[in-house]
Amino acid sequence: MSFFIEVLAGGLLAGVMYSLVALGFVLIYKASGVFNYAQGSMVFFAALCFVSLLEDGINFWVAIVITLAVMVVLGVLTERIVLRPLVNQPPITLFMATIGLSFVLEGISQLIWGSQPHGLELGIQDVPIDWLSQKANINISQLDFFAAFVAGALVAGLAVFFQKTRIGRALRAVADDHQAALSIGIPLQHIWMIVWAVAGFVALVAGLMWGARNGVQYSLTFVALKALPVLILGGFESIPGAIVGGLIIGASEKIAEVYLGPYVGGGIESWFPYVLALAFLLVRPQGLFGEKIIDRV
Amino acid sequence: MLYREAGQFKSSYAQDQQIFPILQDRVGVAALLAVAFVVVPLIGNQYWLQAILTPFLILSLAALGLNILTGYAGQLSLGTAAFMAVGAFMAYNAQLRIPGIPIIGSFVIGGLCAAVVGIVFGLPSLRIKGFYLAVATLACQFFVLWTINRVPWITNNSSSGVITAQKIVILGYPVAHAAGKYLLTLAIVAVMALLAKNLMRSETGRAFMAVRDMDVAASVIGIPMMKTKLLAFAISSFYCGVAGALYAFCYLGTVEPEAFTLDLSFQVLFMIIIGGVGSILGSFLGAAFITLMPIFLNTVSDWISGTFSLEISHALVSNTQAIIFGGLIIFFLIVEPNGLARLWQITKEKLRLWPFPH
Repeated sequence: MSFFIEVLAGGLLAGVMYSLVALGFVLIYKASGVFNYAQGSMVFFAALCFVSLLEDGINFWVAIVITLAVMVVLGVLTERIVLRPLVNQPPITLFMATIGLSFVLEGISQLIWGSQPHGLELGIQDVPIDWLSQKANINISQLDFFAAFVAGALVAGLAVFFQKTRIGRALRAVADDHQAALSIGIPLQHIWMIVWAVAGFVALVAGLMWGARNGVQYSLTFVALKALPVLILGGFESIPGAIVGGLIIGASEKIAEVYLGPYVGGGIESWFPYVLALAFLLVRPQGLFGEKIIDRV
Repeated sequence: MLYREAGQFKSSYAQDQQIFPILQDRVGVAALLAVAFVVVPLIGNQYWLQAILTPFLILSLAALGLNILTGYAGQLSLGTAAFMAVGAFMAYNAQLRIPGIPIIGSFVIGGLCAAVVGIVFGLPSLRIKGFYLAVATLACQFFVLWTINRVPWITNNSSSGVITAQKIVILGYPVAHAAGKYLLTLAIVAVMALLAKNLMRSETGRAFMAVRDMDVAASVIGIPMMKTKLLAFAISSFYCGVAGALYAFCYLGTVEPEAFTLDLSFQVLFMIIIGGVGSILGSFLGAAFITLMPIFLNTVSDWISGTFSLEISHALVSNTQAIIFGGLIIFFLIVEPNGLARLWQITKEKLRLWPFPH
């Protein structure tokens, strides 16, 4: 039993890590209808920028502020150079543009900071929590726990930002209806810049967590692929969906790997989340918390 | 002056409905085919035929397949590489396990197997749309590669999952040279492109386009949704499967499942976006652009390092290439969202009036 709980808890906490990445997707999709494939590259970019600053001997917090500034500039530039000329294009065109953007980001980040893997120390060890392993014989990594805490704080912060601030209300208005938001005087392009900057911030947090876990290296860009099933399971437009989807995917993926994997030869983590999400979609085509799709002729 | 339809009168329905209604087009296509079939093998060297033209043709075929599904039927798919993998590995198995089967027969079997897989993974499209469907087709991508790696029967118990495609023999003649493989690929691609062009002018093609433009409206006017969507998946996967078989037999020779990763799917998707969504010609133009671009960038970087005698590290070159490649894609999308095929259309419009535009 304690083994099952350990697997479940490990999966849930891993799911939180997926949610962190999925959050960035949701933010941008909600506000601008862009399916931003470059989110994974943004995570990589932020993590690499931060870790390089840290290795240059810059103070932890100063490095965070600088990286954040870089991500904000990046978001603003993306809006200016890529998205603004593509307004009113079909979604697939915007999607392709973000794939192009991901190539550019990966190229730039490796050009500036090199492609060798870096270790990242956040001051939290990736070791089981002593207290839990002694009391209940359950091994749960401190780092995972910390990541879950950070994700929780992030979601709470975003919720407050979206619900209580002026900019947050404008963001929600834009997400609801571009035209209506424009007509009451909300500057759309301004809002998009903010959204991309916030997504950059989320990418930084995700990059720190994933970087501390796996090291900062090129494979970080693939976490986007892990976030996609989370995204379709939870629904593209829903922040709670990203969290719940992450938890479901993380837990079921680990449980399936441990209990089902041995019968079919293992390694099913690569496709199981997708098939699970697909099964969910057959019941609810818009994901768990997505907006209901209404077809009009 | 040269390219206009003035004076070409049609006196029968057959003439009115022919595939290239303008004489200049017919001459142009015939000339193009003549050059491709006769002149290119004569003057092309081994490197060009084997490393550039053959993969270009094969990827054109895959792009054509994806264009049928995404461009004409409107179902976004990221599983192209998986369908190609099915085609490649099943063609290998057909050749291995069915004694005396002609090579074309095993290509067809590879294509048919891919079509079956396509139908299975096309089933969700009846309920899921847009980006949800695109992510769902990723399931196909990962599941197929995993299956190929795990089921030893598919790779004939090869421990590393690597297969070596059999020698190509047509009517007793071995096809081993680059020129022979190029001609075989060209013949298959030409025939299938013609078929696709005709299919899209038929009732089926119009049904695809109706579904793409608005599927609810299409079902209201009586287009059977299930049949149309699954047919689109089947035809598209068949094309991709044959492309995959050609990829294995005529280009790579030795194939590992990792040759068919998500990157290849994206590459094919780039081809149809840059070439033109919903255009047969666009598939070829896009494939040409994407296959030639890296070679061009390589040549340029070699030239720069040669002229300025700079030591350019490999990492620098590949990263710069990635940046330029990504930048070009964004640039193209901004400048011409309808792709190279649209540019060709504009050129044709201009040519009709040239040299007296007013």
